[in-house]
Amino acid sequence: MGLLSGRAAIAGVGITEMTREPIGTTDQVAGRAIRLALEDAGLTKDDVDGLLINAGVTNDISIGLQRTLGFRNLRLMNHMNAAGSTAGQMVHYAALAIDAGMANAVVCVFADTPLRGGSAGAAYGQVRASTGVQALGPAYGFFGANTGYALAARRHMATYGTTHDHFGAIAVSNRKWAGMNPRAMQRRPMTLEDYHNSRWIIEPFHLFDCTLVSNGSVAVVVTSAGRARELRQPPVYILGMGQGHPGNPNRAGFENEMNTGAQIARETAFGMAGIDNDDVDLCELYDCYTYTTLVTLEDYGFCAKGEGGAFIEDGKLEPGGSLPTNTGGGQLSGYYMWGMTPVSEGVIQARGQGGERQVEKHDCVLVSTQGGVLDYHATLILSPHPSNA
Amino acid sequence: MTTAEPQAQSKPIPRPDEASLEFFEGARRGELMLSRCIACGAWLAPAARICTECLSEDLRWERASGRGVVFTFGVMHQFYHDGFIDELPYNVAVVELEEGLRLNSNIVNVPNEAIRVGMPVAVTFSEQGDGIYLPRFEPAGD
Ligand SMILES: [Zn+2]
Repeated sequence: MGLLSGRAAIAGVGITEMTREPIGTTDQVAGRAIRLALEDAGLTKDDVDGLLINAGVTNDISIGLQRTLGFRNLRLMNHMNAAGSTAGQMVHYAALAIDAGMANAVVCVFADTPLRGGSAGAAYGQVRASTGVQALGPAYGFFGANTGYALAARRHMATYGTTHDHFGAIAVSNRKWAGMNPRAMQRRPMTLEDYHNSRWIIEPFHLFDCTLVSNGSVAVVVTSAGRARELRQPPVYILGMGQGHPGNPNRAGFENEMNTGAQIARETAFGMAGIDNDDVDLCELYDCYTYTTLVTLEDYGFCAKGEGGAFIEDGKLEPGGSLPTNTGGGQLSGYYMWGMTPVSEGVIQARGQGGERQVEKHDCVLVSTQGGVLDYHATLILSPHPSNA
Repeated sequence: MTTAEPQAQSKPIPRPDEASLEFFEGARRGELMLSRCIACGAWLAPAARICTECLSEDLRWERASGRGVVFTFGVMHQFYHDGFIDELPYNVAVVELEEGLRLNSNIVNVPNEAIRVGMPVAVTFSEQGDGIYLPRFEPAGD
């Protein structure tokens, strides 16, 4: 077990309303989540000495948030960007800084308000370049993240025989969990037939393979294990942390569409926590698409490469299953706050505050955050106990 | 070549810049031009500035074979841009060239339903508008 394991903890989490309606400017919404996280932890604004900021697709919050929210005692601050993996990374750097004595109460915040009338595609699918080779994507009709992930999913289907039924089983599982999460944006029950009947977005993805974009913000407060024990909520200890960033070489001999940074991040995080797959009680995985869940489970070693479809089709990810996964409905049916979706639900479950959807055994929670098109990955192992022993 | 006015409904037309000029000039001539590292021989994305394999900046343009296989593909149904509204659903594809590099493109002269991963393809060039040509790929004999 690594020296850092269990030395920092998440002491507060703040989740704003998740909605497709306007809810304020992005910095205002970020402040709202931070206020909720501090109330949750039993801390005041003056207790905060670290601020890590992650903007979403609207990309309109940055270090100026310090002034907007009047933070005056910061010993640590940055605006971080490693796409969807940033949430996990913010917690990593906060924990490292706390252990190094550079800060004691670090707020990590994500906020995004892409829905301002019109479709989410307006923010996610816009043409950003008209000159040079950067303009080739839109010229060929490559738009939005949907395209890259659909291409990756197709490669897995063609290579390993993964099917729409497999993807559909993941969508259905998420929806079952979402039905027990009051914050989830899509709670109406969904059958596998509903999944198959949902319209195509980009084959091989149906509508229900894709996350629904949300306006909102999530913040967490990271502090030392000792300080966390004196605060309002049960501490959620950070037992393991790891990152993996393979990128995509886009050349023969590489299969990055089917092999994510989770393979690398797992080694570091599981090693630090001193755990193996059998120790994991539940998973909160970045699930921008159904396929992302499937390939991530493979890369964490829960099954062999290529066997993700067969692994999940018995319903083990569902409520009552042997590997409860994305227990708030994930991004697909819950809310899309990039990596803060799995981080926030991981904290709720580790505390045992999941209400109707609480997983009974929650000693070891695997949280994954993931960005680009499977380019960047960050892992957290969370627990209500300061060690896995 | 026609000199029709650009239409409000046209697909995005890439404007060549200095770095990409040889790519677009090649496409107009009917040649697939890529960047290649002189130091290590790696084929690189067009208009690369530095080699992803050895970090050399000593690159030159070379003509690629234009032969490859479909590495993966998708069929787009979602409306994102006026220029594609009459083509939905249309395909997007990644082609792995014999040279080892993978390129984003479209597969043409074949119905979307007949496209397969691993299908042999060869480059062909089509006008996007305003005299700008782009490489696309069509099924090739075995
Ligand atoms: Zn080189």
